[in-house]
Amino acid sequence: MGWLEGRFEESVITTTLEQAVNWARESSMWPMTFGLACCAIEMMATGASRYDIDRFGAGAFRATPRQADLMIVAGTVNFKMASRVRRLYNQMPDPKFVIAMGACTCGGGPYYKYGYNVVKGVDLVVPVDVYVPGCPPRPEALLEGLMRIQDKVRAMKSFTKGQPIELPVPARTGYVQLPEEISDPDPVKALEKANAFDKQQKEKATPAKA
Amino acid sequence: MTSAEIIARLEEKFGDRIREKNTDAIDPYVVVDPIDLVDVCRFMKEDEQLSFEMLNCITSVDYFEPDPKKAPKAGFEPHLEVVYHLSSLSKNHRFVLKVMLPRWKADQPGELPELPSVHSIWPGADWHEREVYDLGGVWFTDHPNLTRILLSEDWVGHPLRKDYEFPLEYHGIRGR
Repeated sequence: MGWLEGRFEESVITTTLEQAVNWARESSMWPMTFGLACCAIEMMATGASRYDIDRFGAGAFRATPRQADLMIVAGTVNFKMASRVRRLYNQMPDPKFVIAMGACTCGGGPYYKYGYNVVKGVDLVVPVDVYVPGCPPRPEALLEGLMRIQDKVRAMKSFTKGQPIELPVPARTGYVQLPEEISDPDPVKALEKANAFDKQQKEKATPAKA
Repeated sequence: MTSAEIIARLEEKFGDRIREKNTDAIDPYVVVDPIDLVDVCRFMKEDEQLSFEMLNCITSVDYFEPDPKKAPKAGFEPHLEVVYHLSSLSKNHRFVLKVMLPRWKADQPGELPELPSVHSIWPGADWHEREVYDLGGVWFTDHPNLTRILLSEDWVGHPLRKDYEFPLEYHGIRGR
C-alpha cells in the first residue's frame, strides 16, 4: 500500500478491497442449524453462553442453507441422510465451508466396521474443509476448527467467488513439534532416526527378566 | 396374575394350540403357531382376566450361524423367532409371546417368511412390524403399509439377518 499510507488524516484507514472483504467474511461466518446426532448437543453448547461461538462472529445459526456460509456436519451421516446433506450443501451460496465435526463424520468412527448404514466419512458426500475429530469433540475443539476456517478465509484471493486453493500456514495452536530424535530435513535419515528411536523405546518398554 | 396363571388361562382356552411354554425364563413365554397368532393375541387383549392392553415391542431374532464350521456346535436349528412383549396396565402383569418361523419361506432364499399382522388388535404394532420387516425380514400379511421405516426405500436386504452382507456402494457412495 506504500504510497497511500500516511497521506490522509487520522481515523482514515487504507486497506485492500480483498482484505476488507475477507475480514468481513471471516467475522460473520454464519453456520447452518444442522445437527444429525449427539455432536449437535456439543455444537449447541459451543453456541451457548459458556463457550460462546458468537465471539468469533459465528453465532448466527441460520435456519436455511441459503443464508449460511458454514455447514457444521455434527453427527453420524447415514446413507439415507447423505443425499439430503448433499442437497443442503448445494443450496448454500458460494463461498461455502464445511466442518466435519466428530469421529463419525471424519471417517465412520465407531460405526466404521459394523455400521451397515453409515457413510464412512462425510467427505465421501461433500468436500470438507476442516476435520474436527473427537467423540464428541470438546467445544474448544470446534472453536479451533472455526478458527482454521477463518484462516482459510483470510487467505482467499478472489473475493467475488471461488474457494481458497490450499490451506494456509496455521496461525494458531494445534501443532506439536516433533522431538529432536525423529526430526531431520532429509527423509531417509529421518526414517533411520525414527526406527532407531522406535527400537530404543521398545527396549525401554520390555520388562526386565527376573 | 402370575405367569403360571396366565399360561393356565391360555391353555384352558387354546389347549394344545399352545406349542411350548416356559415359566423358568426371566420373561416367561409361550410359543404359538403363526396361524393361531391373531386368535391368541385377540384373546389376550380382550379377556377380562388377562387384558393385555399394551404391546411393548415386537422383535425378531435370527438363529443362524453363518460360519459352517461352527454351525454343528451352535446348539440350534436355523430359524427365526418373532417375540411379542405384552403388558397389562390394569392388571399389572406382563408376558411374552413367541412365534417360530423358518428363515426363508419354503426354504427359498430371498422369499420372506410370512406372519399375520396384529395391527388390528394393537394399532401400535404398525410401526413395530415395519421395523421388523425392515431390519429382520419378516413379511406381515394384511399390514396396511408395510414399507421400510428406518432404511431408505431402495435398500437391498435385511441388515439384522446373520448372513447379511454389507453394501459395497450405495448411490455412488463407497460403503466401506
